[in-house]
Amino acid sequence: MTRVLAISSTGGHWVQLNRLMPAFEGCEVHWACTSADHEARLNAAAKRLGQPVASYTAITDANRWTKAKLVKQMLEVVALLLKLRPDVIVTTGASVGYFAIRVGRLTGARTCWIDSIANGDELSLSGEKAGPHADLFLTQWPEVAKPGGPLYRGAVL
Amino acid sequence: MIFLTVGTQEPFDRLVQAVDEWAGAHDVPVFGQLGRLEAGSYKPRNFPYELFISADEFQERLESCSLLVAHAGMGSIISALTMAKPLLMMARRAALGEHRNEHQLATAARFAGRGGLHVAAEAPDVGPMIDRLLAEARQPSGAISPYAQPELIAALKDFIRGA
Repeated sequence: MTRVLAISSTGGHWVQLNRLMPAFEGCEVHWACTSADHEARLNAAAKRLGQPVASYTAITDANRWTKAKLVKQMLEVVALLLKLRPDVIVTTGASVGYFAIRVGRLTGARTCWIDSIANGDELSLSGEKAGPHADLFLTQWPEVAKPGGPLYRGAVL
Repeated sequence: MIFLTVGTQEPFDRLVQAVDEWAGAHDVPVFGQLGRLEAGSYKPRNFPYELFISADEFQERLESCSLLVAHAGMGSIISALTMAKPLLMMARRAALGEHRNEHQLATAARFAGRGGLHVAAEAPDVGPMIDRLLAEARQPSGAISPYAQPELIAALKDFIRGA
């Protein structure tokens, strides 16, 4: 069974990541987020689709302005990837997704970056940096798409 | 109940003050989630608020509100669309020190007019728009699907399968 890691920061990125759930049908799906708050609702949503949550991991929250936390976050992502060894990583951002893409490539995962639907004029900073390293690099806005990536394949709503 | 939420990062005084002034003149309950306030930040006098609330409380307040008032953040927009709640949003402006860049202006412009989504360009627009949206008592246009567009789901499925 394909082992998938779905990972993002909390807030809008997480809401968007959750909307991808039907794509993980038939996979062993592990979830990770920068908040512990979402586990119960995630379990309920997964149950409605008949897709059990294989695991849920809360990762330290950080952004580019909190460097020390960013390092901690990266180390937690490394530990998680070494533990899970996912076949596929899917992320909607932001820094936690960037780390997952960069480290995931080293652990042999195939990776997908879906840039947040909030970025309709230009890519997010993390998307700009992570996208070129992803096997599948998507934007949710046709106007932002380019032939070499990011590609447009629809949106989360 | 009106639920005001401005995210968890910078304060958003312009929107909070506009809602507070409206709340002072009306008998409709309002609750605010105001994020990380600074020393000189505006503090509402006419409605209860918290700086941060849990995701569970956010969900409960979202479900029970009749109007969501928020900054033009994607979390707010998706929440409103998913729950079929009318949303009145105002964009944070980097030029006014409310955000790190102007992406909320673009977000607001792109989503304005979509079912149930309304944009206040400036703070003085907020009160009259709340009046109008509450008065309309419009039937929500129906909850959107809780999932991404089929095209995106299919593309992702193909990728996971290794196609």
